[in-house]
Amino acid sequence: MATITKETVPSQSTVKEKIHGMLGVNRQDAKLSLVLISIAFIAFLLGGILGLVQGLNRAGLFELPSWLNYYQVLTGHGVLLVLVFSTTFTIGYFYAAFSHTLGGLLPKVRKMGWAGLGLMVIGVVFVATTIIMGDASVMYTFYPPMQASPWFYVGLVFLVLGIWLYAFGAFINVAHWRKNHRGEHLPLLAYFGVGVFVLLFIGSFGVTAEVLYIIPWAFGWIDTINVMLTRTLFWSFGHTLVNIWYLAAVSSWYVAIPKLIGGKVFNDSLARLVVILSVVLNITGGFHHQIIDPGINEGIKFMHVFMSLSIGFPSMMTAFAMFATFERTGRKKGAKGLLGWVKVLPWGDVRFLAPMIAMISFIPAGAGGIAQTNNQLDQVVHNTMWIVGHFHLTLGVSVVVSFCGIVYWLVPHLSKRVLTPKMNKLGVIQTLIWTLGMIFMAGSMHIVGLAGSPRRTSYTTYGDNATALGWDPYLFFLAIGGTLLIIGCVLMFYIVFHLMFKAPKGETAFPIAEQEEGAHATPYWTERWTVWIILMLAIVAMAYVIPLVDMIFNAPPGSPPFRTW
Amino acid sequence: MKIHRAEEIWLIIGIAIIVISMAITGYQAFALGMAPPSGMEHIDPQKVDDTAPFNNPGVFQTGENEYEVVMTLQIFSFTPNKIEIPAGSEVTFTMTSKDVVHGFQVAGTNINAMVVPGYVQTITQKFDELGEYLVLCNEYCGAGHQLMATTIIVK
Repeated sequence: MATITKETVPSQSTVKEKIHGMLGVNRQDAKLSLVLISIAFIAFLLGGILGLVQGLNRAGLFELPSWLNYYQVLTGHGVLLVLVFSTTFTIGYFYAAFSHTLGGLLPKVRKMGWAGLGLMVIGVVFVATTIIMGDASVMYTFYPPMQASPWFYVGLVFLVLGIWLYAFGAFINVAHWRKNHRGEHLPLLAYFGVGVFVLLFIGSFGVTAEVLYIIPWAFGWIDTINVMLTRTLFWSFGHTLVNIWYLAAVSSWYVAIPKLIGGKVFNDSLARLVVILSVVLNITGGFHHQIIDPGINEGIKFMHVFMSLSIGFPSMMTAFAMFATFERTGRKKGAKGLLGWVKVLPWGDVRFLAPMIAMISFIPAGAGGIAQTNNQLDQVVHNTMWIVGHFHLTLGVSVVVSFCGIVYWLVPHLSKRVLTPKMNKLGVIQTLIWTLGMIFMAGSMHIVGLAGSPRRTSYTTYGDNATALGWDPYLFFLAIGGTLLIIGCVLMFYIVFHLMFKAPKGETAFPIAEQEEGAHATPYWTERWTVWIILMLAIVAMAYVIPLVDMIFNAPPGSPPFRTW
Repeated sequence: MKIHRAEEIWLIIGIAIIVISMAITGYQAFALGMAPPSGMEHIDPQKVDDTAPFNNPGVFQTGENEYEVVMTLQIFSFTPNKIEIPAGSEVTFTMTSKDVVHGFQVAGTNINAMVVPGYVQTITQKFDELGEYLVLCNEYCGAGHQLMATTIIVK
């Protein structure tokens, strides 16, 4: 009897997969992803409104009411967009991808998904309450010795635990698939998902250690804190998080876009190599946020130029792969000449237009990133508005517009509806308004930052200082950009929920591009995740062991807490 | 794994960008002495007022055309508050924080340093051009962060 059951298990699962393939999306899995995506876009709208309030204040056009503080608004904007929006969307997207490419989520994993959501909601409630009460105006970077209410940090712990549950769920689901598909390659999109969850899990070790160290200090159980240690632990996570969303965006460029434009995956092996490199080289990149910090010597800072720049390498591979895909697809459609293929691309299709704009914006954004990673150049722009401009290009365009591009097919796929030509047109308008807004906003931020205007500062002329007054015209353009962005933000909110609840019923495919015929087989070593994780840990150790040991064992006297707002 | 010829060239360009960046940054840092501010000296952040040299902040001439500014940063001010130096002088700022993390930035120059409690941070700059320079805190430090500024007058 026992042997019979054993033999029937795999065949049962293949039958299930076939049924699943015929019926389309798994309803229960879709619900989880749709709830996550809904939370993401509610956070997107709220965060966007706070962004507008801030931008108008910064330009001197809008005075905040006495019960609202600029820095409170800025903390809310950062937490909602950086922590809530991007994380919930990324998880919702990859759980849908696992469900689709691995033949459905395991019931156990689905339960873990709901539990993870519960933990994250508890965390957000704690964090949001303390911010609204004015007890946590510390920015999403919460640098000690500034000290928020202890419950703010407790909330962060719940958020991290929620993320970990999702990571474990992902690993369990992938392990199960691999057990039943020995010798096969994990589907490319799920492969990206593994990279993302490995980074989410291991990348959050540093910040978890930091928060667990802050909590006893925040409750007053220990008197002082090691400031440099907390900063360094924070940034081991801070920059990784940014690259996680970027990797999520990139996954849709590699897997969905070729399918949507009628092409094929450019090179499966190289796509997987991009994931491996992005995972292995990622965590150490955070150090470049500390280039002008004391307590880290010049030699270590120099080593970190390499650690940070190396992450540009997989991005170069991606840039090549994308444009090669577009050219091949265009030529297949009969395009002639050097650039004829550009014309035959489906520019009117928002599912292509949005990610295409995201990719194009990554050209200046990535170049700016490479420039400012070099120590001396970073010193010119560190903590100025230039940096804010930089991450509004990378995250506000490359990531956000890619995520919006995903919405147009993922949400109708999950809600069993279709994208109508009318909605497509609205999407094109939304994309263009958003892009124009960001050109104004991020553009003026870059210029005014180069002139010296600092980030994270409410409207000020520093006592009518001539230099500071010279920044005002740029800040005005920033406000114009912000106003366009809120229009784009509200439109996107409408589009997401229209596609979820109002669009005509129907079937929308999950676009997964196939390999070229006769493509070279992908080498199986790409599946050796243990090797990549060990390699990643080795590089993290190279980067962090010496400075961290120095910061811990050779620390100056600690700092007591301050509440300065 | 097969890599297209054009992609090989493209990736070699990528590696070249990294290598050239490293060479220029390293040359500037170690041969020209332009490394970013990396003060390694410690101080007890709760005893700044009792610790030399910060028990006597101010502008001190240390040589011909050389000055040292001993400065404390605290919410939401710089001490000393008004700094005047003659044109053509090289100024070393020796700084520490009495409370939270602050930033020390002089608009229109490359002076930019994080001032973290527990550490003495230093940065040196030659001031050749006459005029008034805006000094500001560029790390969020609390409700009055936007007020934390002073000026350096070069005459």
